[in-house]
Parts: sequence; C-alpha cells; structure tokens
Amino acid sequence: MVEPVLEIRDLRKNFGALKVTDGVNLDLRPGEIHALIGPNGAGKSTLIHQISGSIRQDSGTIRFLGQDMAGLGMAARASLGLGRSFQISSLAPEFSALRNVMLAVQARQGPSFRFFRPVMADKSLTDPAMAMLERVGLAARSNLPAAELSHGERRQLEIAIALALGSKAFLFDEPMAGMGPEGSRSLTKFLGGLRREAPILLVEHDMDAVFALADRISVLVYGRIIASGKVDDIRNDPEVRRAYLGEAA
Amino acid sequence: MAAREPTVNTLLALLLMAVPLVALAIGEPFYITLATRIAILALAAVGLNIALGLGGLVSFGHAAFFGLGGYVAAILATHAFNGEPLFLGIPGTTSMPVIWFVAIAICALIALPIGAISLRTAGVYFIMITLAFAQMIYYFAISWPAYGGEDGLSLYVRNSLPLVNTAKPLPFFLVCYALLMLALALFWLIRGSRFGAALQAARQNATRLSAVGIAPFNINLAAFVMSAMMTGLAGALFADLNRFASPSMLSWHMSGELIVLIILGGKGRLFGPVAGAMLYVFFEYALGGITERWQFFLGLILLGVVLFARGGLLGLLAGKVQHG
Repeated sequence: MVEPVLEIRDLRKNFGALKVTDGVNLDLRPGEIHALIGPNGAGKSTLIHQISGSIRQDSGTIRFLGQDMAGLGMAARASLGLGRSFQISSLAPEFSALRNVMLAVQARQGPSFRFFRPVMADKSLTDPAMAMLERVGLAARSNLPAAELSHGERRQLEIAIALALGSKAFLFDEPMAGMGPEGSRSLTKFLGGLRREAPILLVEHDMDAVFALADRISVLVYGRIIASGKVDDIRNDPEVRRAYLGEAA
Repeated sequence: MAAREPTVNTLLALLLMAVPLVALAIGEPFYITLATRIAILALAAVGLNIALGLGGLVSFGHAAFFGLGGYVAAILATHAFNGEPLFLGIPGTTSMPVIWFVAIAICALIALPIGAISLRTAGVYFIMITLAFAQMIYYFAISWPAYGGEDGLSLYVRNSLPLVNTAKPLPFFLVCYALLMLALALFWLIRGSRFGAALQAARQNATRLSAVGIAPFNINLAAFVMSAMMTGLAGALFADLNRFASPSMLSWHMSGELIVLIILGGKGRLFGPVAGAMLYVFFEYALGGITERWQFFLGLILLGVVLFARGGLLGLLAGKVQHG
C-alpha cells in the first residue's frame, strides 16, 4: 500500500464534557480527494484545526509526510506543506488579492527577515503570485483589497494562497460555502484537477460536489467516524443515511 | 488620491526645515528649539509607528526606551565630566555617535525580553504589560540617587559631534532633522519589504500569517525591538536638547504622548509622526500661551480626530492608505 501523506491515529479532543473528537482515525493518500462529511456540530472544523495546528489534541497522533506533528505550531506545519483554507475566509483584508498571495510566495522562499528590498518591485514574488491568481481566475481582480472581493472570490483567493505555498496536502474547510451554483460548478472542476498536485482533505456540505469529487468519504458524527469508504458504499450505507444523508441521497 | 501623499510628505519636510531658517532670519532662536523638539518627538514616534502603526502593537511603554536613551546620554556625559569610570574602568564620553550607539544597543537589549514577555499577550493585556515594564524602569530611576533620582540628571554642556558645533541651536537642529529623515527612510524601506509585508499581515490577521507558515511572534518581536531602538535614539537627542535627562521621560505620560502624536498624524503613515509632532508642539506652544489648561483643548482635538478623522492629519490631507 502507498504511504499516506497524512495519517491520523486515535485522535481525541474534549471541550469540557463534550467529546468533540472521539478516537478519529483517518488518512489521506497521494492523489486522492478524501471528503469529510457530517452534520453541523460533528466536529469537522475542530478536526481540521487540530491537523493544521491551531488547536492541540488531547491525545492521539497526527503524522504528515511521515513526521509526527506533535509540538509543531500552525506556522511550522504550514511551512512543511500543509495548506489550508478556512471555513470563514481568513485573509489580510487591507492587502490586495495579489499581496495576499505574495505573502505565501515569500513564506515559501524562506525567512521573512529581509528589510530593504521592496516587495512590489520583486518579480520573484509578483510573477508567481499573479500566476496563481490566474489559475483560480482572479487575475482581473488582483489589485482589489481582499475586503472588497465578493464572498466567492475570497474563497478562490484562499485556494490561490494554498497553491502558492506549494502545499503537499490541502485542507479545505467548506470551500463551496456561500457560492452560487455557477461558482460551485467551476470550483468543483478546479478541485477535481488539483488532486493530481496534492491530495485534498475536503470538508463540504454540498453533496453534489462531494459525490462528484471524492475518491473516498468519511462520515463524522458526534466526533466519531461512523463510516469510511468509497462513494457508492457511503451513499448506500444505511447508518449514514439515517444519521446524515436522509432520504434525499 | 494616492499620488497626493508624497506631495504632502515633501511639504511637511520642507515646512519643518523652514521653521528654524525663518526663526533665524527674524532673530527668534527660541523657535529653533521648538522645531528641534518637533524633530526629536517625531523621531521617537516614527520608532513607535513601526510597532503600533505597522504591527498594530499598542505599546504603552515606549517611554521606557525614550527615557533609557536620555539617561544613557546623561550618564555617559556625567562620567566624562567627573572623570570617574562607569564600571570596569570604562570611561564616560561626550561623543554623540558613541552615545547614540550605546543608547540604541541598550534599548535593543532591554526591548528583547520586554517584547518576548509582552508579546505572549495581546490587546489590552499587551497595553498593560508594556505599561507595567515601563513603570518599573521609571520607579527604578527615581529611586537611584547616584544618577539624580527624582531630580533627574543634568548635562553640563551639550555632547559633541565631529565637525558640528552642537552648542548652537541651528546645527543641533540639523543633526536631529537629518536623523529624522534617516529614520523615515528606514521606516519606508521596512514598510515596503518582505518583513514589512509580514508585519502588516500580522496586524490584519495573525491567523492568516501563520497559515502561510510565518510565525507572527518572531515578526512582532523583531518589530518591537527595532521600534524601541529608534525611540531610544530620540531619547538621547532629547536629553541633549534640554541638557537634562528627566525621570518624566520615562513616565507613562510620555508613552501616552507618543501614542497621541501617532493618532493625531495618522497611524502607519510615513509622515504621520511628523505631522503629529508638529500639531502637538504647535498646540502645546500656541494653546499653552493662552491657557494653562491647553491639554483640555488638545483632548477635544484628539476626540475630534478619533471620531471624525480616523486617518489623522495625513488621512485628511492625503486620503486613505494605499497598499499597492
């Protein structure tokens, strides 16, 4: 079997009496999109936060590219190649779209303790950043402050940033949320191609997108993975239908 | 709108330069001292503007560095005059470049632990902890009789600089002005650099900065230390201007004054501290001549700026910040 890029073993996290992550095992293999679905409050975002390092787990291990992530903060994990997007877009609002991406390019090139050379005249920053904006279809909006972009454009910008980091795995937390049908369709197409660059752990409520994209699906309910497998298996799993999908699926 | 800022900046720089020249022409050297005071306060605030304006780190303890710079100048000069070595046989000095270097180095050494501890907090706790550190240094200074205690420490004559007669008001102004321009150039470079990008991103959204793999703590700490170094240099000049290092340079009023300068002028703006210091010293002098309660009116003006002109004077004159 291929070595997984991301490997989560027996992960636990309690918020007081609430077991928000309750013995989760999960892995992400090269070239795949692994969708994580589940009802609101199932602990999907908390799981993403633990993987990216913004919340520390109580027990269990997270290994990324074979390395134990224990003790590494968010910045350290990001520089190892763990790129993420946020459930609620998290950008530098005053910076233009281009400067937001340039920040990722600069981080990838090494330490930021460089005090003199102006970034806006530095082609080694602006060119790759512009290329990433072109890839996600935001090139025409590159000079607008992130705060003035539409909701959907901010989601695209987050993905451009993750791309610019040269991520070796992507954690996308509801990238389709709040997007119109047109935007969802084009983002679905885009993410479908992206898995060849790096595998994606995708948290998403849009079932059309999930079924179209996912190679595997795991279902998280009350902090536990109640089912994990190929798309058709999950679609037909009676427990999953009861807990989450309902009769609509 | 964006193109107006360089013009406004140039005009402010020329205006500050013109004050002492006019003063000399009309035979009112007192105004040279006022202009020098503006240049030095602006320099201190340019330092604070790195932390506060670019990094959003509201340090309420920058008086510590301003005062330390002042005491470095006064203590070294005192030892040079009475001929007693400082310690380990190190003599005092009246050479400004040496004093500047020592002031900057000491501020960096002290800012490093203060920043490392304070930056573990944020928001109002950061404000309080920087205030607490500065007050510790203040009380230490007033309880140390060897260097004047509550009375402060006088300099017999202004310290010296090769080729410049610093005892005369105009040459000393020019020295302060040149250092201010140098500091502004540095601020401009830093703001546009990779470090500046990371620092401004840390202010806007620290999580975003972490998510691209840059730890905000390290960036903020470096900014805090650089900021302290610049403010410390201003402190050394201030002691030379007044030929006196006063404990009030270390007190929280001074920290507040520096913040007020930045808010008045426009935080994060290149010439914000210059505009702020000009306004502040002008009010202090003009209103102070009319009423002893000038700070009441300054308070009203500050209230007006905060309520109606968030960008300060630079915001009014040159429009909103452009990030490119």
